[in-house]
Amino acid sequence: MRVIVDEDKCCGAGQCVLLAPKVFDQRDDGIVILLDESPAKELYTVVREAATVCPAAAIRLEEDE
Amino acid sequence: MTTPTSVLVVGASAGGLSVAEALRREGFTGSLTLLGAERHLPYDRPPLSKKVLGGAWKPEQTQLRPESALAKLEAEFVLGDPAVRLDVGAREVTTASGRGLRADVIVLATGLEPRRLPGQEAWAGVHVLRTVDETLALRADLLAGPRVVVAGDGVLGTEIAATARGMGLTVTVVGPQSAPLASQIGSQVGGYLAKLHVDQGVELRLGIGVAELVGAAGRVSGVRLANGEVLPADVVVVAIGSRPATGWLAGSGLVLGDGIVCDSRCQAAAGIYAVGDVAFWHHEGFGAGMRLENRTNAVEQAMVVAANILGKDRPYTPVPYFWTDQFDAKIQVHGFLPADAEVAIVEGDPALRQFVALYGSRGKVTGLVGWNMVKQTRQHRQHVVEGTAWSEVVAAARVAST
Repeated sequence: MRVIVDEDKCCGAGQCVLLAPKVFDQRDDGIVILLDESPAKELYTVVREAATVCPAAAIRLEEDE
Repeated sequence: MTTPTSVLVVGASAGGLSVAEALRREGFTGSLTLLGAERHLPYDRPPLSKKVLGGAWKPEQTQLRPESALAKLEAEFVLGDPAVRLDVGAREVTTASGRGLRADVIVLATGLEPRRLPGQEAWAGVHVLRTVDETLALRADLLAGPRVVVAGDGVLGTEIAATARGMGLTVTVVGPQSAPLASQIGSQVGGYLAKLHVDQGVELRLGIGVAELVGAAGRVSGVRLANGEVLPADVVVVAIGSRPATGWLAGSGLVLGDGIVCDSRCQAAAGIYAVGDVAFWHHEGFGAGMRLENRTNAVEQAMVVAANILGKDRPYTPVPYFWTDQFDAKIQVHGFLPADAEVAIVEGDPALRQFVALYGSRGKVTGLVGWNMVKQTRQHRQHVVEGTAWSEVVAAARVAST
């Protein structure tokens, strides 16, 4: 899985950090910081949830085929 | 309950799309149809009053998913064709163009429609903002006219005011509350927002409503306040709240109150669910029915509804969250902020426009507002989740400030 974040779309809600703090963090202004663009398999479920609940649709996933 | 073979989602915005995506993610292989009243593919609404209205974003940038992702969903999109009737027993929706769409399960995600002032359709220069088309129409008028009056002191009205001011317009906000957003965040923090707007050159006319629109030759020229005073305007924005888009469900047999009335599983009737702004459901944690008008709710509720459609039995018990961006302020609101709540500043300083305010009711933390303090806001959210004792957070804040 590859994680792609769109900083321009990010609204700084921080839902992704609450769900997957090993993969996402926030700058002081709230904009997302991607800590791990290729997370380990055991994180896939929470990363998918983070991408889903992101209220700005700023997280995109390229899933393993 | 057996897994349905077909699901129809009425409403193709954030909530409806999220139901479809969650169903596929959870392994649903049956037929999936999204019916949208607007002609556009699913797009995001929060940027409309900010980035799109202000011109920083092209409207296409609000599209929620690239077309390749929508294609992978293997769903049929029926767009530009509003639902006009629901047969609950037969689980069939009739559309404006006369289509009949039947499914084992129907999800209602039709959102809101803006409230309007009586007779406003008669005047050019008067706008509401809910859709991308309405946003572009308002933007065109804002680019032409220097004086705008925003009728409405809620989230949408103040966001539009901030955007219009940022475009260099002369902006007046009129609203009945003592402070903007007072009913959402209370009068104290609402007062800080009022100060921000005034410092940025917005004129606030608070504690008074708009009585009527005035104009000549079919074009608005101002608004008359309840006290008779007329505020001149080239453009008037009506942002006086919304109502759930349930008109088409009258006579369907569904219980309609403040939205589509559902149980704690967001089910309105056998095989019929509601999601997002339109859904009034029983929040088991809060012990009451409620309806939320925010973007996060649309997605979180969609995930629970998708799970329940597939046979899970999950109550929907969110900690509500919304945010607003106005001028340099990012304001984040978690939880429940009842009108009689106590307020304690636990981080930062409102004078410096960076703070976290906790809200307490009946001895517990129930909500918070963060203002340009995203990390601290996220950390304090835990108090809302846990319902930390109010006395504990107030004592901690006192120690921190000495």
